[in-house]
Amino acid sequence: MAEDKTNRVRKFHQAKWDEPVIFELDTKGERGIKVPEAEKEIQEQIGDGVSALPENMRRKDPPALPEISQMRVLKHFLRLSQHCLGADLNIDIGQGTCTMKYSPKINEHLVRMPEASELHPWQDESTVQGALEIIYKTDCFLREISGLDQFTFQPGGGSAAILCMASIVHKYFELKGEPGRDEIITTIFSHPSDAAAAAVKGYKIITLYQNEDGLPELEALKKALSERTAGLFITNPEDTGIFNPKIDEFTKLIHEAGGLCGYDQANANGILGITRAREADFDMCFFNLHKTFSSPHGCGGPGLGALGVKKELRDYLPVPLVEYSGKSYSVNFDLPNTIGKMRGFFGVFPAVLRAYAWIMSLGAEGLKEAARVAVLNNNYVLKKIGELRGASAPFAEGRHRIEQVRYSWQKLKEETGVTTEDVICRMADFGFHLWTSHHPFVVPEPFTIEPTESYSKEELDEYIAGLEKVVEEAYEDPEKVKNAPHNSVVHKIDQSTLDDPEKWAITWRAYLKKSKNW
Amino acid sequence: MEKKNKTIHPYIPNSVPEIQAKMMEYLGIKDIEELYADIPQHLRFKGEMNLADAIPSEYELKRHVEGILSKNLSCNNHISFLGGGCWQHYVPAICDEINQRSEFLTAYAGEPYEDHGRFQVLFEYESLMAELLDMDVVNVPTYDWCQAAGTAIRMAGRITGRREILVSDTVSPERLAAIRNYCQPVMNVILVKHDPKNGVMDLEDLESKSSAETAGVYFENPSFLGFIEHQGDEISRIVHTHDAICVLGVDPVSLGVIRPPSQYGADIVCGDIQGLGVHMFFGGGLGGFIASRDEEKYVMEYPSRLFGITKTAVDGEYGFGDVAYERTSFAEREEGKEFVGTHAALWGITAAVYLSLLGPNGMKELNTTILQKSRYLMKNLSEIEGVRAPYFNSAHFKEFVVDFNGTGKTVQDINASLLSKKIFGGKSLRSEFPELGESALFCVTEIHTKKDLDTVTQAIREIVEAVNTPNFREDGEANG
Repeated sequence: MAEDKTNRVRKFHQAKWDEPVIFELDTKGERGIKVPEAEKEIQEQIGDGVSALPENMRRKDPPALPEISQMRVLKHFLRLSQHCLGADLNIDIGQGTCTMKYSPKINEHLVRMPEASELHPWQDESTVQGALEIIYKTDCFLREISGLDQFTFQPGGGSAAILCMASIVHKYFELKGEPGRDEIITTIFSHPSDAAAAAVKGYKIITLYQNEDGLPELEALKKALSERTAGLFITNPEDTGIFNPKIDEFTKLIHEAGGLCGYDQANANGILGITRAREADFDMCFFNLHKTFSSPHGCGGPGLGALGVKKELRDYLPVPLVEYSGKSYSVNFDLPNTIGKMRGFFGVFPAVLRAYAWIMSLGAEGLKEAARVAVLNNNYVLKKIGELRGASAPFAEGRHRIEQVRYSWQKLKEETGVTTEDVICRMADFGFHLWTSHHPFVVPEPFTIEPTESYSKEELDEYIAGLEKVVEEAYEDPEKVKNAPHNSVVHKIDQSTLDDPEKWAITWRAYLKKSKNW
Repeated sequence: MEKKNKTIHPYIPNSVPEIQAKMMEYLGIKDIEELYADIPQHLRFKGEMNLADAIPSEYELKRHVEGILSKNLSCNNHISFLGGGCWQHYVPAICDEINQRSEFLTAYAGEPYEDHGRFQVLFEYESLMAELLDMDVVNVPTYDWCQAAGTAIRMAGRITGRREILVSDTVSPERLAAIRNYCQPVMNVILVKHDPKNGVMDLEDLESKSSAETAGVYFENPSFLGFIEHQGDEISRIVHTHDAICVLGVDPVSLGVIRPPSQYGADIVCGDIQGLGVHMFFGGGLGGFIASRDEEKYVMEYPSRLFGITKTAVDGEYGFGDVAYERTSFAEREEGKEFVGTHAALWGITAAVYLSLLGPNGMKELNTTILQKSRYLMKNLSEIEGVRAPYFNSAHFKEFVVDFNGTGKTVQDINASLLSKKIFGGKSLRSEFPELGESALFCVTEIHTKKDLDTVTQAIREIVEAVNTPNFREDGEANG
């Protein structure tokens, strides 16, 4: 019988190429690629082209880019890629709030088709009917999923979607003649950008803290309300994975106070087809297509925060919107109250295309199944982690969670001195990724796990086995954990140079100037 | 009752009933529904989402999506002269090879330990851009040029403690709309006029609008309308006399031979990296950069991630990490600088590959080719009666305004005729710059062959001359 490989930690070792920084590969005279030259006739007629530039606008010294032959460039970046663990390689459940699900490969093939990749956004409408159809239909799908009436794909990420909501709220009250509404209310377990991006629009932020159930209190909300209330931006389920069952009472109070409600559904992975912005009476909501809807995260973008609104707010959306006449698709720039533009053109089209393909692959039942399995997986992991020495899941004890849980290693730290940071470093030695959590650390020594629907039970068990192993080591040989990583690309980094203006080096040229101060 | 066979979806391993049963048994529940106990019934969605029927087979899904996409006409099999913020440049094979790597494509926000490669490659991106821009600090990419310009301007506002930003009225109208939204209500945007003949900034207007309230000036070079602003030194001198900040938007592709803004007084430089090895993707390939000198008062105002190099516990080993993380909204929520989140890192990685491939000589040659080819097309178009290119009497890089006012034709009609010849003509400027009348913004890059340029010239000649010498189609219908 084959060996039982569950509950076993791999004998992992990360690739370690000891790869130089690209500038150290510079070999004068080498070339990575040849670019086309102008044809002889053009050169004869036009000359060198450069001398047509005004003298004072010509670059005197060429940029000090490295000179490297092609295969060496390839090899360098391939090696750096091997120094990186994508969701395709690890059991990527340790990056809670980020929904590290499977990004289907077929969708990568589709976005690479020239009919997607080689489209210019200013092509005539008649030449991009397919692209507009994808945008329009994905909009329609998201309307069903949220219950709202119109989506825009302009925001380049969740934070941009929050900024877009704040911009709409601002414009709404400006046109309504209520400029005194200058406060946005949020909760501490809502994404930091619910506070930060709203503040960019000049809003004062009021943050509600949690009670013992991990939830904000209605009474606290009531106290925060006034004629200055512009709106509520709130994540639900919050970053703790706890669903706020009184969410409709929150929106009701905000509406009674004259404000607007924005639902941060960046991560809606546990509630697709279960509960929607409409039922909770939100005026706006957004989904991150790079989270719930499978577009890959790309080391941090490009993503997309698809923002939906009720029809009353449609005219405030950024332009353009894509419309369908029943025969053809068209682009509408004519929205009377538009906030203008969030970004260039139509937004991140490849993310829309991937979301479309993902939704089409699953359909309504499949979406619901994805949500249900994400929740099943999460609660399975929750119970498993509950059995780990030193770990806890603060708030809402004994209750189920939706798609993720914010845990704590506080007890582990008290008993062994091993911190979340240490556990993270040691998990890397086994090929796992673990993340702390968003600041501030209301939960001490936090970590957040979100298993999504993409990983098998066996993989979840393997991840748990990794945590078990590290906990075991923490109690038996804490120094081993504290000095980790041991099998990764690098060892503990010196943080001090990164925070000191005399020493920090954000580029190679700055490093060459400043490393003598290290 | 017959039980319907459950679909086991390839993307959802634990949809297998036996596995689910095992997991539920462990949890002591009978139904996954029990896990949703916290969501009260009145908040439940009771209906069915009205989505299209699922296409679970990968092959059929591929056929379905290909069917929709095939309705598009692409720049791959048409000759396109569209630019203005999204450009068709050649994408070297290795750029795609690297950005499709699972390790980069599907990583997100890992730590410097298991995602060391992500930190190093983005540090290298910053470093390569720094050489091109001749500045010491470059951020991890933001969404696009719109965001980069908005943030650069807000940085200028915070650094100076002032609320007015002077913006050249020839910047991209889309960008201006985004800047206006991003500034409101914290900063006021005041437009500065241009010289109608050569397009460059009206320095008297700039002088008259500069004051102790001025946080800075923002202009673009090459401008949205293609001409090169040669008065950079004077502009920065004027704003600096008011202790204000000079913010430049620049096409980094142009810096192989064009003087980088830092050398004519720019304090903050921003722009888009799409031209550096990223496909257009219908505008989805955009990525914004921001650069500055390495001064604490500038660095501390960036909202973006800034990856730095450092030492590790092992001698001689490079480590990488976040510089001054406490600036960010991740650390400080609304007390942080603006906000940070998921932006456009993969395109930064791609641009790093691109700049490593081209090197200083590749960038110079690329620029030379573009300058030659764009001038060739301008010259040839100008030989057509009634057509003038460029509209502005200045030097240009890859984009230029073609003036069709003398032809009696509208850009719309000209472009419709060009389309029938498999050519995407330049973008009409009619609604955004009405003072230019029937004019279009053309973009020529290294991808255009002499044949392409001759083809469009001939096509425009035929379209334009059809007015003066009516010819007859085979069916005898007058054309014109």
